[in-house]
Amino acid sequence: MSASAVVFYILSFFIVASALLAVTSRKIFRSAIWLLFTLTGIAGLYFWLQMEFVAAVQIVVYVGGIVVLIIFSIFLTQQSGKDLPVPVRGRAVFSILAACAGFVLTCLILRGYVFRPADQAPDSVGAGASAGAGANVGNIGAQLLSTSEHGYVLPFEVISILLLAAMIGCIVIAMKTKPEHR
Amino acid sequence: MSQVPLTHILFVSTALFFIGMYGLLTRRNMITMLMSVELILNSVNINFIAFNRYLYPSRLDGVFFTLFIVAIAAAEAAVAIAIIINLYRNFGSIDVESAEEMKY
Repeated sequence: MSASAVVFYILSFFIVASALLAVTSRKIFRSAIWLLFTLTGIAGLYFWLQMEFVAAVQIVVYVGGIVVLIIFSIFLTQQSGKDLPVPVRGRAVFSILAACAGFVLTCLILRGYVFRPADQAPDSVGAGASAGAGANVGNIGAQLLSTSEHGYVLPFEVISILLLAAMIGCIVIAMKTKPEHR
Repeated sequence: MSQVPLTHILFVSTALFFIGMYGLLTRRNMITMLMSVELILNSVNINFIAFNRYLYPSRLDGVFFTLFIVAIAAAEAAVAIAIIINLYRNFGSIDVESAEEMKY
């Protein structure tokens, strides 16, 4: 087993363990911190897959944005020292059963399926230095904003409109109404 | 990277998906449910990146889908937290069981 594979298994153990702690921890603030560790581990997985730009986006948007937003809202909405209520026993048992059954079923299907790359010979998958050359920032930016056949400029603009709409919607929803009819 | 088969990365993302699913089913607090949704979205992102890396190494479509999913997740988290804060202001609690009336 090479060093790269060892790094992958350590990373995936870290991701799965901290995700488990994030959904089972009884203190909501600890749960948010375990979520932070999970997202950082996923960024490490992207680095391991040599997708540096996606890893940077993951760190900036998730770790720097979403987790900070979640922690702010925890501080705004409840006492962070208080324990969360224990889930109802029947619901917890059935949730564990459903999650385990789904996991086992998906893993059985995945194990039996043979993945083969579409545009290459099957024996040269991921090998060689040329595989990492396609995912640099220059290529990503050029294809993201190109108007040619495989360009992504239309989804990019749609996402911009969506972000603008979400921002205005957040302001409208969280705005305090004036007590004028009192 | 080439020593690890694609299936093992998919096992990790499947485990992450069902952990998020378990959290979504058991937790009754809205913020922790939002965290579970983030876990599920991240498992999908891992799948996109792994498929792009192993099966289509010369193309970039998986990267773009991941970037768009991250942008949508950020917008969704912001809207969800605005709703949670509004709910806390009206009901004094963010437990989903206590928000029974869908009234303004």
